[in-house]
Amino acid sequence: MEPLGWGSILIVAGAVILSLAISASMLAAQGKAPLIGIWLLFQGGFGSLWALEDSLLKAIPIFLCSLGVGLAFRLQVWNIGAEGQFALGAVGATWPALAFPQLPALLLIPAMMTASMIAGGLWGLIPGLLKTRLRVNEIVITLMLNYIGILLLDYLCYGPWKDPVSFGFPMSPTFSPHAVVGTIGGSRIHWGLFFCIGFGVAMWVFLRFTRLGYELRASGENPLAAHYAGLPYRRLVVMVMVVGGGLAGCAGFLEASANINRLQPSIMVGYGYTAIIVAWLARLNPLQIAVAAYLLAGLRVGVENLQLDLQVPAAFGGIVEGLILLSVLAGGFFNHYRLRFRSRL
Amino acid sequence: MTADFILSLLAATVQSGTPILFATLGEIITERSGVLNLGVEGIMMVGALAGFLVARETGQPAMGFFIGGCCGALLASIHGGVCLGLQGNQVVSGLALTILGVSLAEYLGTPLIGQAAPGFFAVPVPLLSRIPWIGPVFFRQDLLVYLSYLLPPILWWLLSYTSWGLSLRAVGENPEAAKAAGLSVAGYRWVGIGLGGFFVGLGGAYLSLAYTHLWTNNLSAGRGWIAVALVIFAFWRPMRAVAGAYLFGGVMAFQLRLQAMGTNLPSSLLLMLPYFLTVLVLVLSMRGKKRGEAPAALGINFEPLD
Repeated sequence: MEPLGWGSILIVAGAVILSLAISASMLAAQGKAPLIGIWLLFQGGFGSLWALEDSLLKAIPIFLCSLGVGLAFRLQVWNIGAEGQFALGAVGATWPALAFPQLPALLLIPAMMTASMIAGGLWGLIPGLLKTRLRVNEIVITLMLNYIGILLLDYLCYGPWKDPVSFGFPMSPTFSPHAVVGTIGGSRIHWGLFFCIGFGVAMWVFLRFTRLGYELRASGENPLAAHYAGLPYRRLVVMVMVVGGGLAGCAGFLEASANINRLQPSIMVGYGYTAIIVAWLARLNPLQIAVAAYLLAGLRVGVENLQLDLQVPAAFGGIVEGLILLSVLAGGFFNHYRLRFRSRL
Repeated sequence: MTADFILSLLAATVQSGTPILFATLGEIITERSGVLNLGVEGIMMVGALAGFLVARETGQPAMGFFIGGCCGALLASIHGGVCLGLQGNQVVSGLALTILGVSLAEYLGTPLIGQAAPGFFAVPVPLLSRIPWIGPVFFRQDLLVYLSYLLPPILWWLLSYTSWGLSLRAVGENPEAAKAAGLSVAGYRWVGIGLGGFFVGLGGAYLSLAYTHLWTNNLSAGRGWIAVALVIFAFWRPMRAVAGAYLFGGVMAFQLRLQAMGTNLPSSLLLMLPYFLTVLVLVLSMRGKKRGEAPAALGINFEPLD
């Protein structure tokens, strides 16, 4: 699973165009103007300062999740669990926010972040340990933990953490101002952006300049050879699962704290699944992950525009995402193999 | 806790296990040919929607059921094109298929939420349904459940005793040797994907046509992923799949009944049960001394070099 070079950008671009064409024809099949739909998609995602800000806000959690997912993919470990780790992170961050609302922000915010990363990391540790100790398939376990994590979040919002004055809506009380990660200057972008930059640079340095990072890259190329060379493959697997869980957990913390200022079930919108697509598109290059995360975040914002203007169901975004992933996979063939036409004589 | 309650719980166990059984059998066929298809959840949803739409338009549930299976095969063939034709990664292609299928069903199904379609209802088998205990549990079900009783033994016989079944397994275990023996690796894998997708689609169609009888979003709720786990639990053997499917059917039926009885347990916690059970079942099936081994070439693309 070598990283894609920038050269294969052509394939990705072709795949995106193909997917948009198919999606547009689906709009047409439902009697909606296809070209206007695609235009609304772009305009909604990237067409104004407001849209660009919106896309950046959504790109932050997607970026953090796919940094961790990509790390696991690099080791040929299929961590599909970012969604559940994100949920656990939001839950973990909410606990100190509700328990110690009067703590100064300088203490409370780091406490929330730590709690979220521990909770998310634990949610990654379980499949990591099960995989390395018992050879249990990590794909199914991480997926099941997604369902369980989301239901745990639901349970807390409907039960123990429910806001007494929420008129029956499942949500926690609003966080105190001490528990809210603020915005940068006059923009709507919160400080989570700097978390992304920090984690992205740290990941790049780790992979490029540390021994462990080198071992990880080597093990990903050929796990068996790495094992014979004495590289700690099993420890690396557990490590990438925990780190991935921690990063997704941090994304959950930022969403709860900076974006909606409370815990509620609607915080789960599938960023963890979008992160899988981003991680596959960008492999492990943090810069490429950032670009891909931003594009797919823009797609999400654009679909919201479509929902409002053309009454297209939100699932339209999932169709486009699935098609992009499939066509990129199909396009990879033309990156690895050259088609030769020869006459049969 | 009367005998009636237990009997109705067991009957509901068989019914809610049936869609999982169809899906698990389908995935067993696909994986036996050496192809890992993680699109089960998406294929089930598309099968459910297609079956529902056709039954509603034509008024014929049997037609809906069959078309549901065909649409499942159609969606699965995308996986075939990407992995067999273009050597794409099987894990990622399956995940993409799930994202696509679930979204497609939600996109096309949103206007149908709450609507009903003609479906299948219980038809007691004349003599068998009178047998105490066994009759009420197994023989007062709908026709599709009776169909599902026949499938595992047929599939077991096909895979164990026919030359087609042995060839399919050979392609899944050692494609190089199978090719050297003159078998078409891609051909058998296409059949594995298509036939498997057909049965997974049938499982989905069962959900909308015989289980709920009306359309809701996210009808399958992870049953496709449970089926993927059950294939491992079943050691890739059709007969063992029956036990696994009814185990999950039992938990789902029990959980629904507890909710209906109005317990103090919050529904979110009850809903976790099947997912917890999946984790448990997978761990246990890897712990046992007699571990079932996956087909040796599962998930690995075969590159014909010539």
